[in-house]
Amino acid sequence: MSDVTNNSKFLVGIYDDDDVVLHAVKEVKTAGVRIHEVYTPFPIHGLDVALGHPRTRLGIAAFLFGLSGTITALTLTAYTESFDWPMIVGGKDSYSPIVYVPVIFELTVLFCALGMVGTFLVSNGLGPTVKPLMYDLRTTDNKFAMAIDLSKNSLGEGDIERILKNSGAAEVNIKQF
Amino acid sequence: MSHVTSAVRTPLVTGGKTYADVTEDISRQVEGRPTREWTIAFTISVIVLIYGFACVFWTWWEGLGVWGLNKTVGWAWDITNFVWWVGIGHAGTLISAILLLFRQKWRTAVNRSAEAMTIFAVICAASFIIMHMGRPWLAYWALPLPNTFGSLWVNFKSPLVWDVFAISTYFTVSLVFWYMGLLPDLATIRDRARSKVSRYIYGAFSLGWNGSAKTWARYEYMSLILAGLSTPLVLSVHTIVSMDFATSVIPGWHTTIFPPYFVAGAIFSGFAMVQNLMLIIRVVFKLEDYITVEHIESMNKIITLTGSIVGVAYLTEFFIAWYSGVEFESYAFINRATGPYWWAYWAMMTCNVISPQLFWSRAIRRSVVWTFTLSVVVNIGMWFERFVIIVTSLHRDYLPSSWAMFHPTLFDISDYIFSFGLFFTLFLLFSKFLPVVNMAEVKTIIKSSSEKLPASVSGVAKGERVTSPTFNKSAE
Repeated sequence: MSDVTNNSKFLVGIYDDDDVVLHAVKEVKTAGVRIHEVYTPFPIHGLDVALGHPRTRLGIAAFLFGLSGTITALTLTAYTESFDWPMIVGGKDSYSPIVYVPVIFELTVLFCALGMVGTFLVSNGLGPTVKPLMYDLRTTDNKFAMAIDLSKNSLGEGDIERILKNSGAAEVNIKQF
Repeated sequence: MSHVTSAVRTPLVTGGKTYADVTEDISRQVEGRPTREWTIAFTISVIVLIYGFACVFWTWWEGLGVWGLNKTVGWAWDITNFVWWVGIGHAGTLISAILLLFRQKWRTAVNRSAEAMTIFAVICAASFIIMHMGRPWLAYWALPLPNTFGSLWVNFKSPLVWDVFAISTYFTVSLVFWYMGLLPDLATIRDRARSKVSRYIYGAFSLGWNGSAKTWARYEYMSLILAGLSTPLVLSVHTIVSMDFATSVIPGWHTTIFPPYFVAGAIFSGFAMVQNLMLIIRVVFKLEDYITVEHIESMNKIITLTGSIVGVAYLTEFFIAWYSGVEFESYAFINRATGPYWWAYWAMMTCNVISPQLFWSRAIRRSVVWTFTLSVVVNIGMWFERFVIIVTSLHRDYLPSSWAMFHPTLFDISDYIFSFGLFFTLFLLFSKFLPVVNMAEVKTIIKSSSEKLPASVSGVAKGERVTSPTFNKSAE
């Protein structure tokens, strides 16, 4: 994660259950602890809202990329069939937008999908050479980890550990990057 | 968020699986040594692929004269195979996208393999497009590039060009959808890997996935939009494939019913192929707890529905051929049923219309043996459907002087066999090196659709039956 500085020290609460971790997020936040992030093996609905993450704008990106696909298809068909090499095929005008609907549709979908996936990868910092910061390797298996950046919290390590355990953490570990 | 174990819904995951069990069960075949069955199947597939490729190479070397095509029947097995493979490729996206939008939880056990099947089936389909060009080194002429003789472009009014856009977009989007779906599971395999090589390879392909809440939220949103995009896409692809025929003037092709009829047929054959693959996978990889009889039954219901739609389409074609009063149309359809290719027509009718109706019986619908057999029958029938549409329409055109028969040659047959070698080689590689069931998605339904709630997450002792409805802790 880009917001992790060198020598950051984290307390990592490990939970066994998705419902428990979702509750815990609210409890820990109520106790005044700032949560860095929660890591889970599968998506938990409502977790991003509980953590206060802003709503993703991927939909806007998808729309804009789709629009660029539509414009590209319209431009390509109009330029080639009306200006560069006008042809009358099957009695249709050299530019006949209805006939180009399949091409326009396909390019819209293609641009939208590729653009949105690219945006997703870039916005999450994902790529083939990226080395992920794993707070606990079991979070891709069956455990749920809540990471607390100690440098960004005013409470002491002991207090936070107690809050995490009270919220249902099965274990609390220290992780340093 | 609260989880409800419904009293009426049958479980989608049996055996009281925990999240860890899911990881363990699905990762086992990726992490372990190849099984004897896999090795034998892979060896056979590669031998078939090599033989088939040699025949394809010879087809290109000698030219399309080695096929049984003639001046009248200019399209035959090549396009039959193309349409058949594209159709098979439709079930994957349907399961992934349309069933995701309809919130069908049973899709989670089969979507990964079905998506993989889609990718490989589309590759096989594309190979026939390239093959039937005769000169594959000029395949790029189908792309929108000004050709080498000047600024002459592809004809954007041609359904064949629409096909280029449709198939390439479908392949690309399906590949992206499949790969994005793999990311969390690749990370799981990466984090369990013992060897450096595995850790490096799965690490590179998992793109640094760490399962943060923010990433998951964006990921789910992206998946939903991709599903929304893929849904009309899957319908558009076979619609456009059908227009390759429907926009022509050949009797039997010039039909407005083709788009929905082709789409239903595609889903029909695609689901049949998914059934075949899933039934083998569940036994070989011991995944009976994940791919249950409920999954098999759900897919059989879709096969029954789409098979019935296809049956109605056949009858509608006949009715319209008579009702239109066009003698050429009427002749085309009577000739299909009673002409020289009657056996192909009746094979199609038997396999596609009559046999799937057996699935109205609950016992047959839930029988593994019946399902496997009928799925093979459906796939044979759907191949015959494309053969009937293409060859029987072409072999009797408007001029009796040009009437001719099509007889497949060794190369027609071998090039078709090549596609099986290619498909199964790719599918076996997939099943060995990638998780065949989407672990992350199955974990999301464990609580709500499992036979028994995992003890570690519900407080219920392992082995103890949960009486439903059971409400877990509510987080909202």
